[in-house]
Amino acid sequence: MENSMADKFQQKIDDDIRIEPRDWMPEAYRKTLIRQISQHAHSEIVGMLPEGNWITRAPNLRRKVALLAKVQDEAGHGLYLYSACETLGVSRDELINQLHTGKAKYSSIFNYPTITWADIGTIGWLVDGAAIMNQVPLCRCSYGPYARAMVKVCKEESFHQRQGFEILLTLSKGTEAQRQMLQDSVNRWWWPSMMMFGPNDADSPHSAQSMAWKIKRFSNDELRQRFVDMCVDQAKILNVTLPDPDLKWNEERGHYDYGPIDWDEFWNVVKGNGPCNRDRIETRVNAYEKGAWVREAASAYAEKQASKKAIQVA
Amino acid sequence: MAIHCNPLLHQFILQLADNALVLGHRISEWCGHGPVLEQDIALANIALDHIGQARMYYQLAASFEDGATEDSYPYQRDVRGFRNLLLLEMENKDFGYTLTRSFFYDQFHYLLLEAIIQSDHKALKEIASQAIKEVRYHCRYSSDWMKRLGDGTEESHQRVQKAVDAFYMYTGEFFMPSAADEYMAAEFNINIESIKEKWLENIQAVLQESTLAMPQDTWFQKGGKTGVHTEKLGFLLAELQYIQRAYPNMNW
Ligand SMILES: [Fe+2]
Ligand SMILES: [Fe+2]
Repeated sequence: MENSMADKFQQKIDDDIRIEPRDWMPEAYRKTLIRQISQHAHSEIVGMLPEGNWITRAPNLRRKVALLAKVQDEAGHGLYLYSACETLGVSRDELINQLHTGKAKYSSIFNYPTITWADIGTIGWLVDGAAIMNQVPLCRCSYGPYARAMVKVCKEESFHQRQGFEILLTLSKGTEAQRQMLQDSVNRWWWPSMMMFGPNDADSPHSAQSMAWKIKRFSNDELRQRFVDMCVDQAKILNVTLPDPDLKWNEERGHYDYGPIDWDEFWNVVKGNGPCNRDRIETRVNAYEKGAWVREAASAYAEKQASKKAIQVA
Repeated sequence: MAIHCNPLLHQFILQLADNALVLGHRISEWCGHGPVLEQDIALANIALDHIGQARMYYQLAASFEDGATEDSYPYQRDVRGFRNLLLLEMENKDFGYTLTRSFFYDQFHYLLLEAIIQSDHKALKEIASQAIKEVRYHCRYSSDWMKRLGDGTEESHQRVQKAVDAFYMYTGEFFMPSAADEYMAAEFNINIESIKEKWLENIQAVLQESTLAMPQDTWFQKGGKTGVHTEKLGFLLAELQYIQRAYPNMNW
């Protein structure tokens, strides 16, 4: 019985038929999705912090409005993704608890600090850029609610990327101080952005199964290569140097070669040793705990209103 | 720099602009720190409305002044130049204080915009007609939360009552006319004193429904409209103006 269900399930995947919440699915598929979607949702929420940092300090009103709207978009992405995750039978409270206790991860990139205004542009260009590479294929993911959430998310991410690039372009046309700020920021964010695609394919144990389930469509290294190829051209427009001496065009492969990634740093940041890991989680926990009385008030009020209505009806 | 309109009209526009900017700035501080994701989004929306309105007013003010842009006023004036109401520079403290600050102001703001829409100043009428749609929503949002917090739990009731008691003394200033307000009343029929009664009536109704007590015997603070602010505004501006002060005369 179980076996024929599993066969039917895989057949649907192979035929590109979407899996919906009420459909039977293997427990491992459900678990993988919960892990991936919640990690993604947490990344949106934690990702609000490094950028949110600069809302009150944006250099002019136009930038302030754009940044605030962007960070608000990220909150919206978190909301869609938590909702998609809830269709798999896990509550938002439980997911948030996993984030706060360190059981769930989020994208390591957000454990790096935004210390200059240029970082806001660089995050848009490189981090949203890498996110788009990762996320566009997810619009065709086998799980319906996730795929549909990603369609909405991707539209906004590409807008964020253009906006970030435009911030940097303005700096590149600015004064010497602004050009330095730009180069320094790219120097700091380039390698962490390259790490956003995850370990090399040889060291990525879950990948094969995720590919078979069509949760993942391209390997980490394939996506990373696309990202490099895209950024090299855009860096020329910005007149910045990408901080990789091994970066050069490979005629044979038709791609840019790039230097080795410092996986030691990557795993350390994943483990919690990045410059901002503790800060980020502490900030999230703090917001949640300080908001407890507000959430309690809202539900107490809603109950009172509901019982008032019930009395009126009776 | 020369101003090509009555300086009092210019001041009045800046009062409106500074109110919108300073409140928008305060509310934007919540972004990423809200009590629940939905409210984080709602507060960001409201902050965006206010800052958007500030831009319209600053652009109008700039159109009357040689060499000015929408950014000249927020980024290049010091505390004494700002004309916002004291209430709006108060810190967020907690969600109750934040919503109480908005509640008192939103109710006033709505009536003020109504008065501007009925007035004889074309450019201001245009901005106000756009803004009032947003402010109608702000009013609903902040009064709904006053009710939830006031009539929610014991703790929320106490917290929000404390905020009401602390902030009420900053509301008297709404209706104390500055020279600019007097000019606008005389020339364009925008009379802030005339909306006081309606405002009182409206907030009393909401407070009552929220089971909250109206503060009595209040000595009202004033000074925002003449640029005599609380100590809080300087810190707000230090943050707001940081890049422009550290790297003057550049494009961003
Ligand atoms: Fe996002
Ligand atoms: Fe984004």
